[in-house]
Amino acid sequence: MVSPTSEPLLPVADGCLVLSHRLSEWMSKAPTMEEDIALGNIALDLLGQARGLLQVLGDEDQLAYFRDAQDFRNPLICELPGGDFAFTILRLFFVSCWLAEVWPALAAGTESGEVRGVAEKAVKENAYHLRHAGSWVPRLGDGTEESHRRMTDALDALWPYRGEIASDAWYDRVLPALREASLPEPDRDAWTQRSSADGWHTEHLGYLLADMQSLARAHPGAKW
Amino acid sequence: MVTSTARAWDVLEAVPDPEIPVLSVVDLGIVRDVAESAGGRRVMVTLTPTYSGCPATEVIMRDVRSALESSYDEVEVRTQLSPAWTTDWMRPAAREKLRGFGIAPPEGRHTLPLLDVGAPASCPQCGSREVEEIAAFGSTPCKALWRCTSCREPFDYFKRH
Repeated sequence: MVSPTSEPLLPVADGCLVLSHRLSEWMSKAPTMEEDIALGNIALDLLGQARGLLQVLGDEDQLAYFRDAQDFRNPLICELPGGDFAFTILRLFFVSCWLAEVWPALAAGTESGEVRGVAEKAVKENAYHLRHAGSWVPRLGDGTEESHRRMTDALDALWPYRGEIASDAWYDRVLPALREASLPEPDRDAWTQRSSADGWHTEHLGYLLADMQSLARAHPGAKW
Repeated sequence: MVTSTARAWDVLEAVPDPEIPVLSVVDLGIVRDVAESAGGRRVMVTLTPTYSGCPATEVIMRDVRSALESSYDEVEVRTQLSPAWTTDWMRPAAREKLRGFGIAPPEGRHTLPLLDVGAPASCPQCGSREVEEIAAFGSTPCKALWRCTSCREPFDYFKRH
């Protein structure tokens, strides 16, 4: 369905799509009205970025709604269930730090004008997401006893999923931010989960896709 | 001299942004190119969307098409993503229209890496320079929510992007 040359793009497209869905689950439930709007806006940007790449890779609806979990290549960290606000923010921060390396590379080093166009726009949007998540990390980590505990739990839960998105540049962004947030310094060399490159996922992706794909699968080809 | 695409541009001047109807698609700076062919019976318009996930984009494409269909036999609307749209492409006159509509226009020129999205120069309601950010994200992807500390009115800021 997706050609071998598309391999480097698919983890980015699927990562944006799956994380967009996770963020959209916060709609009407975020801690404040402003945060509800912020997470909704970020989800919308990610959805637009995913669509831009999926359109390059083939039929976007086919790819988004009619692939099964084992055909998705999103980093596993994107599919983990919502968790609390600390988990949501720290995950968004980790993924935005990854995309902060991915998008400029695609904007500068891609033959395809379409991919470059998606990436050029995404560079600016991601900078905004990174700023938003990055501004919450120290406020939560270094906030109250409760918020510190929740951020520490989130860090413990997320750290084993960094393998697919981490690079030297990623650690250079993440580690100082964790330090500033008074969070325990995690071990760079600690064990990390395998990637989804061979189609293996956590059990959570299937449920997410069931939710995301049910309408399109019940009414194939439906138009608004 | 009237250029051959003047008719199409006139039509586009009257196509509003669905979220910010005081601005036309030309004011927004998203019309990259207009080309006529077949002796003026066919027109092709190239648009560059503002934000990746902006739901207004598809409405705008539809509106542009239907507006042009009254003047041309055949209309093609294409999107071009690269180079990415920036608020630098907005017309200077658009700034005053935004202010009149209660939205503070973007301040400063776009730079990469995007370190900040600027700040409103003044409150679009009372003109005070005493303003503060409420939230970095607003009712549409292009706006942030600010507040005037003089008149206490909240207002939208069209982000520099």
